[in-house]
Amino acid sequence: MLNIKIFLVAEFFILILSLLIALGRGLRAPVALPVRIMCTVYVDFFRGVPTILVILLLGFGVPALQLKGVTNSPVVWGTVALILSYTAYVAEVYRAGIESIHPSQRAAARSLGLSSMQTTRYVVLPQAVRRVIPPLLNDFIALQKETALVSLLGPIEVLRSAQINASANFNYTAYVVAALLFVAITLPLTRLTDWLQRRDTRRRMAGAM
Amino acid sequence: MRRSFLMSAALPAIAALALAGCASEADTTATDTTPSPTTSQDCSPESLQTLTPGTLTVGTDTPAYPPYFEDDDPSNGKGFESAVAYAVADELGFTSDQVTWVTVPFNKSYAPGDKDFDFDINQISITPKRQKAVDFSDGYYTVNQAVVALEDSPIANATSLAELREAKLGAQVGTTSLDFITNDIQPTQQPLVYNDTNDAKSALEAGQIDGIVVDLPTAYYVTAAEFDNAKIVGQFPAQDGGEQFGLLMAKGGPAP
Repeated sequence: MLNIKIFLVAEFFILILSLLIALGRGLRAPVALPVRIMCTVYVDFFRGVPTILVILLLGFGVPALQLKGVTNSPVVWGTVALILSYTAYVAEVYRAGIESIHPSQRAAARSLGLSSMQTTRYVVLPQAVRRVIPPLLNDFIALQKETALVSLLGPIEVLRSAQINASANFNYTAYVVAALLFVAITLPLTRLTDWLQRRDTRRRMAGAM
Repeated sequence: MRRSFLMSAALPAIAALALAGCASEADTTATDTTPSPTTSQDCSPESLQTLTPGTLTVGTDTPAYPPYFEDDDPSNGKGFESAVAYAVADELGFTSDQVTWVTVPFNKSYAPGDKDFDFDINQISITPKRQKAVDFSDGYYTVNQAVVALEDSPIANATSLAELREAKLGAQVGTTSLDFITNDIQPTQQPLVYNDTNDAKSALEAGQIDGIVVDLPTAYYVTAAEFDNAKIVGQFPAQDGGEQFGLLMAKGGPAP
């Protein structure tokens, strides 16, 4: 199913890119100012622009430039648009997690002789990522639904199949079926989020009780 | 609901008869409702059971494409369908000022349900399935489907349906053009489906598809006025007995 393919590919790139953006925004060294500005501008821009606009712009706009050696596949550009848009959101989720780690953790790690890089890698990120897993999954559930927007560029995915069927027969149950399919895909993700949240609460409360 | 209480309360059958009486005189918008032999009709616009009394409300989609409309403005009387709409209005006794246009998305026009227009004119082909949901006038234009491709496309010189089978084709969703691809060409690749013809043309220009299927007048316009390097590969009668555009009206409703 096209929706799932787009979702999986997009999710893979989003996880990596958004972490880089989040780390870029977290750099404090004066020399890293350009990186920080670039990451901030990126996030500001793509969080402010509707996903549908990015999809139309890349899906129709880039192929119209007729660049040599660049694919004009609507599925590829639709996926790229989703990645660009969602990376901005997910980067902010990561950043929230990183900033939620108490500065004393970092100070303690540095006093043990870990470099700044090692501190981030072994002390800050493991705690930060664990904290933001539920909101991360929340964004992925949203992403799974947004894959339907790629149909604007022509590929026939679930929503478009339903639309074709409905407009041919005036039988709108095709939309209901499409809705159920989306729910069927997101439901496992939703349950997983709930379970992770419960497990996290249990672990954090363990010391207190 | 834009329909007034009076409108919903009015007996649709009687209204349809009143209009059918007028229409048969005008001979442009004969409906498929049974004409009444007994009643004599007063055919002034004020007496016609239109959506807004004294006004003829006509629907079409935005953007309104040439050659059916010009400058995306249905009310300028230019373009074939705009002219037909005003001719119908004239036969019914409406002046141009008494015609108002509303935007109706193509796919919504022939869906079941209440309509906010008296009739819709938007290259809507009369098909048996659509006739279950809405009423059509007699056809006002007989249309063929046409395949348009760029001159350097692999299907530019195709001469048979079989040669189109390997191609990647595109069309607007819910159209008889799309039906033509799936039912008649039966391509080996899934067709690409767009919300409107503009998107399909963008994809054609960008080389995302080998060809698009549109109705023949649109094909002429696309190749002559919009693209320098596109050609009509071929034209095909889409249905047995030909395909016709009709004026669309609400099912059994009090429209002309």
